[in-house]
Amino acid sequence: MESEQLFHRGYYRNSYNSITSASSDEELLDGAGVIMDFQTSEDDNLLDGDASIGTHYTMTNGGSINSSTHLLDLLDEPIPGVGTYDDFHTIDWVREKCKDRERHRRINSKKKESAWEMTKSLYDAWSGWLVVTLTGLASGALAGLIDIAADWMTDLKEGICLSALWFNHEQCCWGSNETTFEERDKCPQWKTWAELIIGQAEGPGSYIMNYIMYIFWALSFAFLAVSLVKVFAPYACGSGIPEIKTILSGFIIRGYLGKWTLMIKTITLVLAVASGLSLGKEGPLVHVACCCGNIFSYLFPKYSTNEAKKREVLSAASAAGVSVAFGAPIGGVLFSLEEVSYYFPLKTLWRSFFAALVAAFVLRSINPFGNSRLVLFYVEYHTPWYLFELLPFILLGVFGGLWGAFFIRANIAWCRRRKSTKFGKYPVLEVIIVAAITAVIAFPNPYTRLNTSELIKELFTDCGPLESSSLCDYRNDMNASKIVDDIPDRPAGTGVYSAIWQLCLALIFKIIMTVFTFGIKVPSGLFIPSMAIGAIAGRIVGIAVEQLAYYHHDWFIFKEWCEVGADCITPGLYAMVGAAACLGGVTRMTVSLVVIVFELTGGLEYIVPLMAAVMTSKWVGDAFGREGIYEAHIRLNGYPFLDAKEEFTHTTLAADVMRPRRSDPPLAVLTQDNMTVEDIENLINETSYNGFPVIMSKESQRLVGFALRRDLTIAIESARKKQEGIVGSSRVCFAQHTPSLPAESPRPLKLRSILDMSPFTVTDHTPMEIVVDIFRKLGLRQCLVTHNGIVLGIITKKNILEHLEQLKQHVEPLAPPWHYNKKRYPPSYGPDGKPRPRLNNVQLKPIAEEREEMEEEVHLLNSTTL
Amino acid sequence: MAARCGGWPRLCWLLALAALAGLGAEAKNSEDVRCKCICPPYKDHSGQIYNKNVSQKDCDCLHVVEPMPVPGPDVEAYCLRCECKYEERSSVTIKVTIIIYLSILGLLLLYMVYLTLVEPILKRRLFGHSQLIQSDEDIGDHQPFANAHDVLARSRSRANVLNKVEYAQQRWKLQVQEQRKSVFDRHVVLS
Repeated sequence: MESEQLFHRGYYRNSYNSITSASSDEELLDGAGVIMDFQTSEDDNLLDGDASIGTHYTMTNGGSINSSTHLLDLLDEPIPGVGTYDDFHTIDWVREKCKDRERHRRINSKKKESAWEMTKSLYDAWSGWLVVTLTGLASGALAGLIDIAADWMTDLKEGICLSALWFNHEQCCWGSNETTFEERDKCPQWKTWAELIIGQAEGPGSYIMNYIMYIFWALSFAFLAVSLVKVFAPYACGSGIPEIKTILSGFIIRGYLGKWTLMIKTITLVLAVASGLSLGKEGPLVHVACCCGNIFSYLFPKYSTNEAKKREVLSAASAAGVSVAFGAPIGGVLFSLEEVSYYFPLKTLWRSFFAALVAAFVLRSINPFGNSRLVLFYVEYHTPWYLFELLPFILLGVFGGLWGAFFIRANIAWCRRRKSTKFGKYPVLEVIIVAAITAVIAFPNPYTRLNTSELIKELFTDCGPLESSSLCDYRNDMNASKIVDDIPDRPAGTGVYSAIWQLCLALIFKIIMTVFTFGIKVPSGLFIPSMAIGAIAGRIVGIAVEQLAYYHHDWFIFKEWCEVGADCITPGLYAMVGAAACLGGVTRMTVSLVVIVFELTGGLEYIVPLMAAVMTSKWVGDAFGREGIYEAHIRLNGYPFLDAKEEFTHTTLAADVMRPRRSDPPLAVLTQDNMTVEDIENLINETSYNGFPVIMSKESQRLVGFALRRDLTIAIESARKKQEGIVGSSRVCFAQHTPSLPAESPRPLKLRSILDMSPFTVTDHTPMEIVVDIFRKLGLRQCLVTHNGIVLGIITKKNILEHLEQLKQHVEPLAPPWHYNKKRYPPSYGPDGKPRPRLNNVQLKPIAEEREEMEEEVHLLNSTTL
Repeated sequence: MAARCGGWPRLCWLLALAALAGLGAEAKNSEDVRCKCICPPYKDHSGQIYNKNVSQKDCDCLHVVEPMPVPGPDVEAYCLRCECKYEERSSVTIKVTIIIYLSILGLLLLYMVYLTLVEPILKRRLFGHSQLIQSDEDIGDHQPFANAHDVLARSRSRANVLNKVEYAQQRWKLQVQEQRKSVFDRHVVLS
């Protein structure tokens, strides 16, 4: 089905150029037009049409592309702007793919002509790889910049490196010999603010001074971030993944991936992370990478002119983004495949792979953390795990799932409140308040005062003999004569118990703050806080199990593995599993998540525990609600995103979904050759539909094709400017041959080149399951519904989404759709204030009306009771 | 998409940064390598950290731990427990990155201050009171670029290079204003 239809479209587009070369097949088609009337049986017409299609195709293949001999047809050259999209519109994947195939054919056919054309075709073939290389380079470099700058600014809250201002705390003490085993980060070069301002390093005075400076810096970073976002690029806020998902599924948000968004997102991301808010840089990095992909695709005409091709680059870019965010190139590719991409052919897979590779390579050579790794919290263990540990791992999975479900509910409720009430009017104030609360509560607790990445690192790290943190304060009553890497389970010391208390408080704090932080108007990612929550919970569980095994090593489950003096529980591993489970609960990713965590740790043997935990958390989470946080946000904002994962199980028919409904007013279609320019302009002005079916004539109502509003407007405007003799009363002709006109009438305007002559059609009895499948798999924008060849109505992507929403409505209330507040088209009133007459609307029988996607349907939907 | 003014310099420094990454790795400062040995407590000796600037092949306990805290026979046992890691960094990359970051941030802040504070005052001087009242009415002066529409209409009539730049800038301002409306006022996207 797909190939056939695509193929037809392709040929039609090709044939636009050759349309005027007089040939027998055109007569054939024309003949069909002439005999076409009510008396002719449908079948005959169909056959005629088929015959003409066949001949046309061979024609095109025969190389008639360049043979346009007609002198006057200026529309042979493409009009600039035709085939582009408005802001907040959905692209037509099929049309874009056809456009690309046609372009490809054109280049291929010219290739043999000259060396220059040959070079051009080579350049064209390579541009895909070039653009992903550039994207990878740029996102790697930007990730390096963000990492280094964010580390430095985070430490700026505590103090400053006097000998070299640009070093963060760790780098400051890099070469120092004064560090001790207990206090590893103390060195004379690093001055805390208290030391600098009041000259004391210890004591309550210095504590208060540090506290004040911490809050001061946190607030000023947060304020700078939100005001930069507000003044320069409002689109830079949030995590960006829901929007990127929507964009990749074929939505247009102009400026969302632009230069200013990139710059402001990069700059403010550092500020937001440094301000200590409970957010991460991973999601925004995906957005940053996609901005790079979009900007570089403008250098290559292959990608800049084709929205579908551009989305292939964006898929690769998002892989590069995750690759640098987690240092997980393969995980990045899988993330792009599993979570964000909509259309992911094999070619894109390879390009994503390559982009991820390049980005990871660049980041590695920048070496932002000085540990020769791509992420701060890289850990490496090789301690084994035992079968009975699956039980706590699964428990962690349950916790992750519960956390995910709770977070999604709470966060969506909070965001809905922000969206719908007055409280959303004060974004700056909100950020300041959240930052202030975070800073005030975070400082006293050492685990929340830390940068979240460092916290995760500390939780992941196993307690070897080299560790001296309070988390590793075990009572050491063994006499130390064993080799290092086999430390047996030990009883916990007081340090561990106090650390557990602090961790519990940190857990509650993180859980609450993350709910309120995700969605404020600064760049904010979700991965790191979720991982931190999971890691804290995991570490607590891990220590608990460890102590249990130590004190009750005679229990039958521990008996076999955990004898006295054996090392059987690794709390760090629990932290890792917990992190994966929580992340899985929130995002509902599975494969990519396990691969990301596995790449973070480099331990192949932990794949099974990770899989068990992630799967459990997905099950538990799905029991409370099927959608992940990104889908939930997409739904909250009402983006037109047709999820490929959901199944359509209802038994409605195309006729139930199509517009217009029975009660709707009669509607707008164009006829192929007896409307004037003025008629069409009036029609465009008084309706807000995005496209109009073109029919043979008022009498026959048979479908000829489909013309998009934007194309019509642009084509008429440019014809009025460039072509002579086009006035308001000129006939507009979509047919091949202009009808015979009276001698004194002005020249007709030929618009066949903007007509889509192969619109998708289904019959009115097609089950919606099939229609939904067609829309999902082909990425259609609209589909016409016919009955016996007569146009009955239209189904757009939005109609389908509304239909799905309607069927679901009794479960959850509908979010106000995004197009509620969209820019309106000019009012349907004439200059004199009276409604414009709808002269040219074909009055079909009541059922056969046309409507295109627009606002009215929303009201209709809202008033429908179920 | 965005004004041209921000675009090209940015791309340039992006590439410069990528180039710098390679360069920084080569021009290794002698301070940029270290061999860090962490030795855990051993018998009555407390844990110790040793830090030395040696080449990678010399990075082991015997070369780095000086003076050796334990007598001869215990050295082997002591050293077995120590963990030595060879690490390198590029201080040039860090320095340059921080400087680039801070300068961009500074420029943006200046521009922001200009747009929000200075420009409205200039306009007040230039266009007198009548306009001021108008712009106060509709969106409020605290909103930067509040009257981009007016300027856009005015600058369209003239045409030289400077005006083109201004035109591009105004167009960008309009776009940002539109974005701001859809994000902050109507909450259509990104809420």
